[in-house]
Amino acid sequence: MLTIQHLRKTFGTLVAVDDVSFDLEPGRLLGLLGPNGAGKTTTVSMIAGLLTPERGEILIEGARLAGDTDPKKGRIGFVPQDLALYEELSARANLQFFGALYSLRGKALDRAIAAALELVGLADRERDRVKSYSGGMKRRLNLAAGLLHDPDVLLLDEPTVGVDPQSRNAIFDNLEELKRRGKALLYTTHYMEEIERLADTIVVMDHGRVIANDTLDGLLSSMPAAAGSPASLESVFLTLTGRSLRD
Amino acid sequence: MALIPLLAMVRKDLRVFFSERRSVIVSFVVPIVIASFFGALFTGSSQDSRPAKIGIAIVDQDGSAISKAIVSSAQADANLAVTMPSAGAAHDAVRRGKTSVAITIPKGFGDAAGKAFFSAAQKPELAFAYDPSRRIELAMVRGILTQHVMQAVSAEVFGGGQGRRILDQTLSEVRSSSMADEDKRALVQMMTAVQTFYDRPSTTGGGTATGPRGITMPYDVREEAVTAGANAPYNGYAHSFGGMAIQFLLFAMANLGIELLVERERGLWRRVRSAPVSKLTLLTGKAASGTLISLMILLVSFAFAIVAFRVRIHGSVVGFFSVSIACALMASTFGLLVAALGNSPATARGVTTLAVLMMVMLGGAWVPTFIFPAWLQQVTLIVPVRWAVDGLDAMTWRGIGISGAVVPTAVLLAFSAVFAALALTRFRWEEA
Repeated sequence: MLTIQHLRKTFGTLVAVDDVSFDLEPGRLLGLLGPNGAGKTTTVSMIAGLLTPERGEILIEGARLAGDTDPKKGRIGFVPQDLALYEELSARANLQFFGALYSLRGKALDRAIAAALELVGLADRERDRVKSYSGGMKRRLNLAAGLLHDPDVLLLDEPTVGVDPQSRNAIFDNLEELKRRGKALLYTTHYMEEIERLADTIVVMDHGRVIANDTLDGLLSSMPAAAGSPASLESVFLTLTGRSLRD
Repeated sequence: MALIPLLAMVRKDLRVFFSERRSVIVSFVVPIVIASFFGALFTGSSQDSRPAKIGIAIVDQDGSAISKAIVSSAQADANLAVTMPSAGAAHDAVRRGKTSVAITIPKGFGDAAGKAFFSAAQKPELAFAYDPSRRIELAMVRGILTQHVMQAVSAEVFGGGQGRRILDQTLSEVRSSSMADEDKRALVQMMTAVQTFYDRPSTTGGGTATGPRGITMPYDVREEAVTAGANAPYNGYAHSFGGMAIQFLLFAMANLGIELLVERERGLWRRVRSAPVSKLTLLTGKAASGTLISLMILLVSFAFAIVAFRVRIHGSVVGFFSVSIACALMASTFGLLVAALGNSPATARGVTTLAVLMMVMLGGAWVPTFIFPAWLQQVTLIVPVRWAVDGLDAMTWRGIGISGAVVPTAVLLAFSAVFAALALTRFRWEEA
């Protein structure tokens, strides 16, 4: 579904992403892990069309993604790390706007809004202003806005930052439902337990490069158990990326 | 260009704008309040043609026929509001700003002025105590009083009792003076002729029958305010409402640009940019919503002025709308420029507030540009607000036809094109 080949991006002298490649299949969730500054967000931004890669290609079912108005962009949904919502507007007005950006209108737009709100459990609050929502509700609406146009690929950039366990669990349920529907999900996070629960494939990045690309079992088996206790994803991650602080 | 996303951008911006009660009040109500105040200043509350009188105080310490004539003449002047307090009270009134000028006619002024009229005798002084913050009124009072003093002194000298006495006295002094015989003879001859004029019998219509007129202005002034038409008086509200609406629509559009920077900070722009929508569509949507909001601000202001203050479009209605739309487009693209050049909402807010205030001040939105020095009037032609204000003035109280709207509209559209081109090229499209 989504193929990333040899992506590279620099900002001045800083090499943010260098020779990054991976594949993502339908109905699968790829967890993208890495310390701060590893290049995760830059990679996601290039796939979402926010940054232009200096080298490499992004392919949707083998076809190269090119330009702002490439219709293939409509097959990608983006859930940014920030709560990208107009707080002054109602949930419905927000979704009407974001849906229209993908040329949805009329009954098709109404159906899409109803389905997205139903999925995230906000159907009964659609006419309330977003600023009256709790943090968890905003996160769920943030997810709904990325799903409106029924994308095949969903990019989720730390979608559970700052939410309570109940809302996080609800979001996980939503993502598992999306996987069942055949969506391909690319998920970045700092929370290891989220990746352990959700990911089919894990890509670890550091200093702009992919340093591991495997299943959870594959990564765990690559590390010897320490002092009798089995290896965890966190210990694997720290072994791969080191223990020095990244600010 | 994709129409559905474009219309969605416009609809969303309008919803966001009208959801903020404070921004609506600032954009629609505040300009009406301020324009009403400025309009009242420029027009006068009664809207009649009588000029505002300059308040002066006269302290007559002389009490002579000449000083009384000066006071009487000044009191009859339509441009002056004369009071006659004591010397101390007159100074106090000036110091407190209640009177522009206090004029003291010193003792002996009448005699001395009469003598100085014919000879090189010492000229008496009129003491002007004035409010330094009202120098323009001082200059006007000085000019007006010159006329009254000349008229009063000459009338008395050429026919009044005090004048006869002064003439007799001056004649005696000239005869006993040491001036050259030829000069003395000529001067005595002239004064004797004046005495003969005094002593002649009264004639119908002559000076003595109706009182001496003295030296008067040898012309009268017929004033005509050149506005839209004979029955259309100047309405200062037309200018003030145009100016204030332009100021606040510029503020609203600068704010729209700053909101775009806020959207960028909040990650909203990342989501918008991830959609398959072209850069041109995104900026056109922003420009279209900004133009609509600006146009609403302008038209609501004028609608209020039309209903409440009888402002009328005496020129071309088509011209009025063409200037209004061009002005709204200029303001909207100015907002895009703010979004393109601003680094952060905080820094952009400070810089754009200054830029808007400079533009409206130099563009004549607060006060008409004709009070500027000539060089500044030329310089302000590079300010877009100047063209908007002049264009709206031309279509309202000046009553100029469509021809008066062509150049302002064209210039405003040119400014819009420049602002839009700069915004398109300088906008940060990459979202890290």
